Amino acid sequence: MNAAPGAAGAMGTSAAAGLLACRACGQLSRRPAADAPCRCPRCGARLRTRKPQSVARTWAYLVAAAILYVPANILPVMETRSLFGTQKDTILSGVAYLWTSGSPELAVVVFVASIVVPLLKMGALGYLAWTVQRGAARRRHERSRLFRLVEAVGHWSMLDIFVVALMAALVRLRVLAEIEAGPGAAAFGAVVVLTMLAAMSFDARLIWDHGRHHD
Amino acid sequence: MPAIGPIGTSALVACHECDTLHRRVPLRRHALARCTRCGALLYSPPPFSAQQLFALVLGSLLVFMIAMAFPIVGLEVQGTRVSSTLPEAIWRLWDQERPVVAVLVFATTALFPLLELSALLYLLWHLLHGRCAPGFARVVGAVQALRPWGMIEVFMLGVLVAVVKLSHMAHVIPGVALWAFGALTFLLAAVVSFDPRHLWELAEDARP
Repeated sequence: MNAAPGAAGAMGTSAAAGLLACRACGQLSRRPAADAPCRCPRCGARLRTRKPQSVARTWAYLVAAAILYVPANILPVMETRSLFGTQKDTILSGVAYLWTSGSPELAVVVFVASIVVPLLKMGALGYLAWTVQRGAARRRHERSRLFRLVEAVGHWSMLDIFVVALMAALVRLRVLAEIEAGPGAAAFGAVVVLTMLAAMSFDARLIWDHGRHHD
Repeated sequence: MPAIGPIGTSALVACHECDTLHRRVPLRRHALARCTRCGALLYSPPPFSAQQLFALVLGSLLVFMIAMAFPIVGLEVQGTRVSSTLPEAIWRLWDQERPVVAVLVFATTALFPLLELSALLYLLWHLLHGRCAPGFARVVGAVQALRPWGMIEVFMLGVLVAVVKLSHMAHVIPGVALWAFGALTFLLAAVVSFDPRHLWELAEDARP
């Protein structure tokens, strides 16, 4: 076998060498001859060459996230009731409020976490899934790095949900003002969870698989 | 089921992100092994011993309790004072008929971090006594599954943003839990630097 491990320098992939790498504990095992399901001898996790239906799952979560992204940005995430009436804030108007009320640094932080990160994640994962589907061989290093970035920044989009939760908990001075979480908060939280699931479903190893089509 | 022979963990390692095989080489402390093809992290030596991690996890759990039990911030408006702990904030979301948001905040800031820390404490307690905890594989799997969903550090930033927003309306008094969450952010960053896969190496040393 020419792809056998041990040839110095030019080692192929574990899949080409007839091995299976455990996603849970990292243990390598020999792949059985038949395509029977098998488990890691060390930790008992299911062993697979690649995540099953990776691209299809990524698309499914992405489409769901993109649909919910609309109400997440249109519906108010925070409703302030005060003597002067009710004020409804969306994600974007919350950023604008921070900017105009003299905290431009925080406005930038919230803008990046709530607007830039979700859009970047959806765009990047869509691009990665699409290029993998086409069997693209170019820009592998860049795509690999892009995926790592998406995974690393994903959960920071939850920032605004936490801000709203705290504001609602504290501002409850019945006469003066009261803050409640709006329906947009639930949609926005769902977008964050769905984009994280999309990133988890995507198998980065597909970026490096040569000219093979998946799903 | 067909027999599959493990080929020795120490000999080879496959890149998590591009599947390229590499021969394992011993590393110095604080060194990292990166994939020669895609540049992803292959492996690194454990940053802590089991004893050190146990102490860190125990400390994190204690600080976690303080962060949950005490008010995060208080507001003072015309002599009235309002303050809120994290459980109270979550309960208020539930009360406002925002169950999705309440469950999301509860899971990411309280339940998942608590479960992960408890699971680590349980595994390490047994490892320090030279044995594998019952259900070892499943509990390690749970730690790995919970890890991406713990968001204490994001919550900490959220508290700071909320404090700035509220300071325009009223006098804000920092609470005990604010400092506790700050400390917890650093403690958890250290805990998370320990890859749960190292637990398998510790378990192999513990086995007779």
